[in-house]
Amino acid sequence: MFKVAILKFPGTNCDEDVHHVLKNILSIDSEIVWYKRFSINDWDAIVIPGGFSYGDWLRAGAIASRTPAIEELINARDREIPVLGICNGFQILVEAGLLPGALLSNENGRFVCRWVRTYVERPRGPWLSLVEEGQEVHMPVAHGEGRYYIDEENYRNILLRSPIIRYAKGDNPNGSIYDIAGVASENGLILGLMPHPERASESVLVFRNFRSDGRIIFESLVYSLKRGW
Amino acid sequence: MTSIHHVEVIITNKKGVKDPEGETIHRYLILRKGYNMVQRVRAGKYLLLTVNAPSEEDAIKMVKEMCEKLRIYNPVVHDIEVRIHV
Repeated sequence: MFKVAILKFPGTNCDEDVHHVLKNILSIDSEIVWYKRFSINDWDAIVIPGGFSYGDWLRAGAIASRTPAIEELINARDREIPVLGICNGFQILVEAGLLPGALLSNENGRFVCRWVRTYVERPRGPWLSLVEEGQEVHMPVAHGEGRYYIDEENYRNILLRSPIIRYAKGDNPNGSIYDIAGVASENGLILGLMPHPERASESVLVFRNFRSDGRIIFESLVYSLKRGW
Repeated sequence: MTSIHHVEVIITNKKGVKDPEGETIHRYLILRKGYNMVQRVRAGKYLLLTVNAPSEEDAIKMVKEMCEKLRIYNPVVHDIEVRIHV
């Protein structure tokens, strides 16, 4: 059977939510792994959940991105191991240089917590294998540093060749450039996004007029681990 | 011989990267209170490092290298200034 690691740092606080969804909704074998005990070889996929690793000091994700656990991910970037970073996990992947760009303080200077409509461009790889081009995906965001930034050259040369998740028109909650909510490596193996798919995996948790679309990311992983991507 | 040097690191958003905190301080405090001679405000982060090094130049060089290596600033979006605290 497949095993998924949920990587926990001091200050990570969405690990139990991700574990609940993987275990109880998707029936995937997963384990919350303390960063000091993490070894990449034990796992078929890795999720870095949300929270406030190291209190967001310096910049969100900056300190976690220099731990041996993340350095191991950087050294293994050419291996075919799916990595998903959610919210603070996305910030860590960007700080580690595993995904392009940067995440800055929200344009309105405040923490934002609300449901948003996003859509997916060029879906591919293990986390988006069941998603169709342009598909709308509803999920909630909850972050203070989610304003994505990338310069135009890298946007054109890197992002426009890779899977992207964008906020729908009028739903950009933080001032992200090009309405970017999430980005992936070109082959889709490494995906990072600010919205929380684990909070949008059960209809009972969904705000009115929205849908529990986030689970398609975890369903894609199950499908992909079995059948490839 | 080494001695103690106080080295400042100032991190600000690059030109072209929006700085909402600086803009808000400028527009809603400074200009509102009539200080129209203030053209622009950039907010940032300040670190003061106490460094044991042979000279001021060595201390600055070491801190600059460390800032690059440990990504104390994010070169994608930030500029840094490293200087001796006086």
